[in-house]
Amino acid sequence: MALSGPVHTATLTDNCLVRNDWVCGEYLRTRRDDITDALVQHIYITVISVVIGFVVALVLAVVARRVRWLRGAILGTSTALYTIPSLAMFSLLLPFTGITTSTVVVGLVLYSLTILVRGILTGLDAVPDDVREAAVGMGYDGLRLLRKVELPLAVPAIFAALRVATVSTVALTTIGMIVNHGGLGNLINRGLSSNFHAEVLTASVLCVVLALVADALLLGLQRWLTPWRRTVTA
Amino acid sequence: MNGLLDGLAWLFDGDNWSGPTGVGTRLVEHVWISGVSVLLACLVALPIGLWLGHLGRGGTLAINISNIGRAVPTFAILAMLYMTPLGLSNWTTIIALVLFGIPPILTNAYVGMREVDRDAVEAARGMGMSGTQLLRGVELPLAVPLIMGGIRLATVQIVATATLAAVISGPGLGRIITSGFGRQDTPQIIGGAIIVGLLALSVEGMMAWLQRAVDPMRRARRRRSRPDRDRGMPLVQDEVVSGA
Repeated sequence: MALSGPVHTATLTDNCLVRNDWVCGEYLRTRRDDITDALVQHIYITVISVVIGFVVALVLAVVARRVRWLRGAILGTSTALYTIPSLAMFSLLLPFTGITTSTVVVGLVLYSLTILVRGILTGLDAVPDDVREAAVGMGYDGLRLLRKVELPLAVPAIFAALRVATVSTVALTTIGMIVNHGGLGNLINRGLSSNFHAEVLTASVLCVVLALVADALLLGLQRWLTPWRRTVTA
Repeated sequence: MNGLLDGLAWLFDGDNWSGPTGVGTRLVEHVWISGVSVLLACLVALPIGLWLGHLGRGGTLAINISNIGRAVPTFAILAMLYMTPLGLSNWTTIIALVLFGIPPILTNAYVGMREVDRDAVEAARGMGMSGTQLLRGVELPLAVPLIMGGIRLATVQIVATATLAAVISGPGLGRIITSGFGRQDTPQIIGGAIIVGLLALSVEGMMAWLQRAVDPMRRARRRRSRPDRDRGMPLVQDEVVSGA
């Protein structure tokens, strides 16, 4: 590599982009806008999907608890949905939502339901009966019982599920690239087709970092929501 | 709705099933490459998980490997492996599939061994069983439901990831979908997606059956014709198992 340099440097700049290095600061500098756009899209899709998924899962879980015979159907259906590979899921949604962000979001919501419904049910089921009866005796009922007593006690189980669902969603968002809405997945795909090492590695690492940051944020939020557990947890 | 019907029509057209890029060939590729990967993942993950569980060590690693596995996008690993000298070979796909099959198997094997009733373990030790006898005769049979739960999860994951191999022009049914996108042939995209979904659901169903069939405790109970209790529900929280 160490040839008599000057002639070469005169004709072709020798930097990590030209050498197609996996790690390349020059890439970060020159494509900063690209990377930011992809990252923003990735975060947007993830947040929207998890929020919608959580609301839907909460409703389904409450329904499953009220209507006993629906419980098996809800759990079974969400599990079956989870089995469908992402590439097929996004493709099957195409006739309904087309090549839009909605295709990706709907797919991700459906995936998150399995984990979230299970987690919320586990949490609500674990609320001790005497606590619930005491609350009913004090005049709590319906939504107020759920909001003031049952949900707070279920927070640890719900957050465990929320963290798993969020981390999975961050990773799965990349497959959205099949309909051009995959956030960082779009960068990986572009880097893949142009054999651009730095682009693929940078986007992949950012994906993992994003998942870890989201996980840490949710853990922090859980601590903040459950002050009574802070002394208990190690 | 019409989109789905067009997809079904595509799938029922015999012409689309024959030839080197037909559904038949792709289906065989898919099943073959998934099968090999599940076996390899078991070969790597089971000894490690069982041994760590038996010793009661390395719990942090055994549990966290699943959390890390979840955070890494399969697409990223496939793309990066494709850019190594492995390139277009089938091994690129197999390595990626094995990598994503290992975490659930390892974690569940470890948890399965740790969840074995400590009283049973103590009793076996009291009867003078050696470490290996204990592992083979007591811990392993009791841990089977969770171990199989891990293999089931890994198999479903591997069949799903094998679909994604198509984005690096790898083998398998995903190619029908990606080539459909390439030609903007929506019926083919939907047809491919339907067959992929059907395969995944059948595999999940088969593995659920297998998980119950190989549980020695369940078999022993059935022989004594006591009412069955469902022992198949794994305790790891990322388990995805139907309630059946």
